[in-house]
Amino acid sequence: MPAVTETIDAVQSVTQGAYKYGFETEIDMEFAPKGLNEDIVRFISAKKEEPAWLLEWRLKAFALWKTMVEPRWPAVKYPPIDYQDAFYYAAPVKKAGPKSLDEVDPELLRTYEKLGIPLKEQAILAGVEGAGDTPAEGGRMPIAVDAVFDSVSVATSYKDRLAKDGIIFCAISEAVREHPELVRQYLGSVVPQGDNFFAALNSAVFTDGSFVYIPKGVKCPMELSTYFRINAKSTGQFERTLIIADERSSVSYLEGCTAPMRDENQLHAAVVELVALDDASIKYSTVQNWYPGDENGKGGIYNFVTKRGACRGARSKISWTQVETGSAITWKYPSCLLLGEDSVGEFYSVAITNNWQQADTGTKMFHIGPRTRSTIISKGISAGQGQNTYRGLVKISPKATGARNFTQCDSLLIGDQCGAHTVPYIENRCMTAKVEHEATTSRIAEDQLFYCRQRGLSQEDAVGLIVNGFCREVLKELPMEFAVEAQKLLQISLEGSVG
Amino acid sequence: MLKIEGLRAEIDGKEILKGIDLEIPAGQIHAIMGPNGSGKSTLSYVLAGREGYEITGGAVTFHGQDLLAMEPEERAATGLFLAFQYPVELPGVGNANFLRTALNAIRRSKGEPELDAMQFLKVARVRMKALSMPEDMLKRGVNVGFSGGEKKRNEVLQMALLNPSMAILDETDSGLDIDALKIVADGVNAMRAPGFSSLVITHYQRLLDYIVPDKVHVLMGGRIVQSGGPELAHQLEASGYGSVQAA
Repeated sequence: MPAVTETIDAVQSVTQGAYKYGFETEIDMEFAPKGLNEDIVRFISAKKEEPAWLLEWRLKAFALWKTMVEPRWPAVKYPPIDYQDAFYYAAPVKKAGPKSLDEVDPELLRTYEKLGIPLKEQAILAGVEGAGDTPAEGGRMPIAVDAVFDSVSVATSYKDRLAKDGIIFCAISEAVREHPELVRQYLGSVVPQGDNFFAALNSAVFTDGSFVYIPKGVKCPMELSTYFRINAKSTGQFERTLIIADERSSVSYLEGCTAPMRDENQLHAAVVELVALDDASIKYSTVQNWYPGDENGKGGIYNFVTKRGACRGARSKISWTQVETGSAITWKYPSCLLLGEDSVGEFYSVAITNNWQQADTGTKMFHIGPRTRSTIISKGISAGQGQNTYRGLVKISPKATGARNFTQCDSLLIGDQCGAHTVPYIENRCMTAKVEHEATTSRIAEDQLFYCRQRGLSQEDAVGLIVNGFCREVLKELPMEFAVEAQKLLQISLEGSVG
Repeated sequence: MLKIEGLRAEIDGKEILKGIDLEIPAGQIHAIMGPNGSGKSTLSYVLAGREGYEITGGAVTFHGQDLLAMEPEERAATGLFLAFQYPVELPGVGNANFLRTALNAIRRSKGEPELDAMQFLKVARVRMKALSMPEDMLKRGVNVGFSGGEKKRNEVLQMALLNPSMAILDETDSGLDIDALKIVADGVNAMRAPGFSSLVITHYQRLLDYIVPDKVHVLMGGRIVQSGGPELAHQLEASGYGSVQAA
């Protein structure tokens, strides 16, 4: 039967070609000894020449972590993780701290080029002084990029241009050195060390990540972006990102993630903290494409991430947009603490599970201030043997008078071996609050596919079109350039899912 | 252009088409009439390549090629178009995006350059005006929230844009008021050319007042039981399908 042959071909194309970021970079690496104990925490802190307060902070986190257990409530299955069988620090050997791209190992730059990072932006940094003041080619706005390779940030572009507005965009380790007062004030203020098992682990051993500070009244003139790359074998990545938007400021930030294809599972346990003060807004977008494992469920990244934003100021706004296509297991709930009056939280999510991927993802909206509002739009797509769970909490405190929430959870099933689950929790302690929840589950119908194919579209293009239509409300929230990338990614992630 | 010989097809083990013979030369419009359950829609789906039907006998050639060996999208690229009896809704997929994607897929397969958004809009606007379709239908989701008449007009718009050599209209007249029927018929008549053929499937003779066929065939019980000129349609309208069965 031709249909069977076609299915086999399609599956092969997925397993052999689809994950195009599966290569490994040959580069001199420096590792901490394998395993996790207080000495490793001290080793990392010493490597980064950290002040004593931060070492103490890490050690407290480590002490807390030892008393905690992994969460068992997510609807995901995996064998026990041996936390002693991993490296907690891996960094490309550097030649005296790169100040510009010229000093960065060319092999690293080639890696980022392969990943499609706008290297032009970095070339500007490396090249002519002040070139970053003008828009990049084609008149489009440049994007400032921070690149994190395993445990360390290797390059940040457009720093000088941003500094003219007083914006700080740098590696968090650099921020610890250059802006200790800001880091000390805000680090752990949204996600405390003992928040949960993985946040505690991250707090003890985090190695790098991005730091952003937007001063009062400043609208960040360009997209800020971080690309995370896990390269080394048996390495966990524990990055920490901290973004502070001071009064009346605004910023849009995007992160992208990839990793080589490996048979073993690798752990990624990041923490992201956002703080928005009066009238400030932060838009945080994620295109997550960690290696998902092969078609038999071997290998892939465990993406156990804690992301939370605090709308501390009145009329502040935090918006999370995520497109989760990769990782063997995704466990993340980007959340908003709506403290300031009239503050706004948003969560737009597309999560795809194909083959043996598992995702347990959603959000938490804590309405604390009066007239706080939140919107949750979640689109889960399950194919192959994938399992996809939306888990969300909307909690409204007695003081949150006039608070409003709207939640919409839609699930799309492709094939009959996958699963979609919706677990919404609503806790409303305020009489004047209004909470709405809508949920749908649908299947890509055979007649939809046939209709598209009768009009000349290939099966793959038809699936891509239908899925992109299903996700449209979320994709339109992404910054323009990344929306196009995300659309392609959705289609690639689902290749071969319809036989 | 299209030649069907002894075509047999079944679904879930039940034989629906029991040996159909039909030839439609280039430039001609043929009509197939028949009562409910006679196999009219099955014939259109089998020709367009929908899954779920098993071909148990016979052959179909289209432009000299073996139609039944082709994937649905290859049939479309070769010039076969099916106007659906029940056009399918694609939520979130913009009509303009869908039409342009389809048009470019067909153009690509013909080796023609693809149209960008602006070029496409120019072409689409002209066609839409001819079909009395408001421009905002381009912005809406494919067939989502369309009235019955709008859906059918959207089918005819797609046909006009994709410019097929063979259009199968599967009960395109069902659920249309007389004004919408005229617009749809005008759309089909505008396509008439020496290189264009059409197979009009209908339950009623009404549509054939506006799209005058070269030949009319009566399909009953999975077979073509009678063929004739346009007058056959009027005959059926007057005396019903029962008279044919008796014949």
